[in-house]
Amino acid sequence: MLEQTATILRGLGRRVTGRIWRLGFASRFLLATLLYSGTSFRRFFLTVREIYFTGVQSLIIILVSGLFVGMVLGLQGYDTLQRYGSSDALGILVALSLVRELGPVVSALLFASRAGSAITAEIGLMKATEQLSAMEMMAVNPIARVVAPRFWAGVISMPLLAALFSAMGIFGGYLVGVVLIGVDEGSFWSQMQASVDFREDIVNGVIKSVVFGILVTWIAVFEGYDSEPTAEGVSGATTRTVVTSSLAILAADFILTAFMFRGM
Amino acid sequence: MSNEPLVKISDLNFSYGRRPILSGINMTIPRGKVVAIMGQSGCGKTTTLRLIGGQLRPGQGEVRFNGQVVHELDADALYQARRRMGMLFQFGALFTDMSVFDNVAFQMREHTNLPEEMIRDLVLLKLNAVGLRGAKNLMPSELSGGMARRVALARAITLDPLLMMYDEPFTGLDPITMGVIGQLIRQLNDALGGSSIIVTHDVQESLQIVDYVYFMADGKVVAEGTPDEIRASDKAYVHQFVWGEMDGPVPFQYPSAPYREQIFGTAHA
Repeated sequence: MLEQTATILRGLGRRVTGRIWRLGFASRFLLATLLYSGTSFRRFFLTVREIYFTGVQSLIIILVSGLFVGMVLGLQGYDTLQRYGSSDALGILVALSLVRELGPVVSALLFASRAGSAITAEIGLMKATEQLSAMEMMAVNPIARVVAPRFWAGVISMPLLAALFSAMGIFGGYLVGVVLIGVDEGSFWSQMQASVDFREDIVNGVIKSVVFGILVTWIAVFEGYDSEPTAEGVSGATTRTVVTSSLAILAADFILTAFMFRGM
Repeated sequence: MSNEPLVKISDLNFSYGRRPILSGINMTIPRGKVVAIMGQSGCGKTTTLRLIGGQLRPGQGEVRFNGQVVHELDADALYQARRRMGMLFQFGALFTDMSVFDNVAFQMREHTNLPEEMIRDLVLLKLNAVGLRGAKNLMPSELSGGMARRVALARAITLDPLLMMYDEPFTGLDPITMGVIGQLIRQLNDALGGSSIIVTHDVQESLQIVDYVYFMADGKVVAEGTPDEIRASDKAYVHQFVWGEMDGPVPFQYPSAPYREQIFGTAHA
C-alpha cells in the first residue's frame, strides 16, 4: 500500500517537474527568438511573407465568423434589451461586447486553430525532414530564419485580425438590428459612438489581442520546434498547440480583464 | 598546415543519456580523399557526422576540423567553420517552400552580398554540374528521389566547401541514379580539391569511388583499410557485411528464448 502510494507520488512528481522543465525550456526558447529577431526586421520581406500565410490567409474565417457572431449578438441583444425597453442601446451592446471581449478572444481562438496549427505543422515537418538540420549545417540559424519571422508575423497579424473581426461583427449586428429588426439607425450608431471609450475599450481590446498573438505564436513555434520528428510527433504537437493556446487565451483573458476593467 | 589531415577524430565518445553510442573512435580524413564510414544501421555513423558538424558535443575526445577543435568553438566560430562544410542529407532535406533555383541560391543569399545576376550564373553552374540546369524552376515536390538528391548536392557545394559529408547518399535509389550520384561525389571531390566523408551501407557502390574505408559496429571502429584491403579482408564482420551474408557475427535472429521452448512451451522444452 505504502509502496503503491510512493509510486503514484513519484509519477506525479515526475510529471509536474517535467512540465515545469518544459515551461522553462519554452521560456528560454522565447528569449532566443527575441534575441535573434534582428533578421525578421532587417529583412522584413521574410516577415511580410509569413504575415501573408498566417494573417491574410486567415481573413476568410475571421471575417465570416465575425459577421455571424455580430448577427447573433444583434438577435440575442435585441431580445434581451427590448424586455427593458432599451432596444435603442443595441449598438452599445454589440460594440462593447465585440471590442472588449469577443473580438480579441474569438479571433485569437480561430487564429490558434487556423494559423497556429499550420505554423506548428510546418516547423515540425521541417524538423522531421531534416530541413532545420540542413539549415544549421549551412551556418544559418533556424531560430532567426524560420522561427522569428513566423513569431513576429503572428504578433503583428493578431490585433489586425481582431480589429477586422470586431468591425465585421458590428456590421453583422447592424444588419440584424437595424436592417432586419428595424432598430433606429441613428440611435444604433450615435449611442455606440458616445459610449465606446477609446482608451478604456478599444486600446484595452488591442492590448488583449497583442498578448493573445504573442501567446498563440509562441506556443505554435515552440511546439513545432520541440516536436518529435515523426508523423505521430508532429500530429501530437499540432493538437497540443490548439489545446494549449485555447486554454492560455482564456486564462490570459480573465487575468487581463481583471486588471483592466475592475468593475468600473 | 596543408599536410595536416582535414578532419582528425581522437578517442571520441558519445552517449545519449546513459546509452553509449560511440566509444573510443579514432579516424583521419586526409585532404583530397574520399573516405567511407560503413556499418549497420544504428552503429553510430550518422552520429559521427553530426559530431564533425558540431551539431552534437562529445562526452570525451575531440574532433578537429581544419586544425580547430569543433566542440570548443563558440557559436560564431562554429558557424564560420560550417561555411567550409557541406552536407548531403539522406533524403536531400530540400526546403519544400522554395524552387530548385532558390534552394541552390539559399546559402549565397544568406552569406554573401553577391548581386542577383551573379547568383543566377553561379546557381546555373552548380545545377549544370549535377545535370539539372533544366529543372531550376521545379519545386521539390516535382522531383524524383534521385533528382532531389542531386539538387541537394548542388546546394551543398554552392560555397565550395573544404569538406563534404554525405549521409546515406545511395539509399532508395535505382542502380543508374546510384551510379550517377557515386560518380558525382568523386568528380566533385576531385574538382573542388576538398575531402569527402560518405556514411553508407551500400558497399559495392562505395568501394568503387572511395580511397579509404572505416567499418563501425556497436559504436566502435572494427576494421579499416583501402577498398582492396576491405574486399580481401578475412575478418568475419567485414566479410559478412561486404558479401551480404545472412548469418555471422551479426546474427539473423533477434535475441529470443530458444525456438523449441517458444513453439512447444516450457513443458516440452
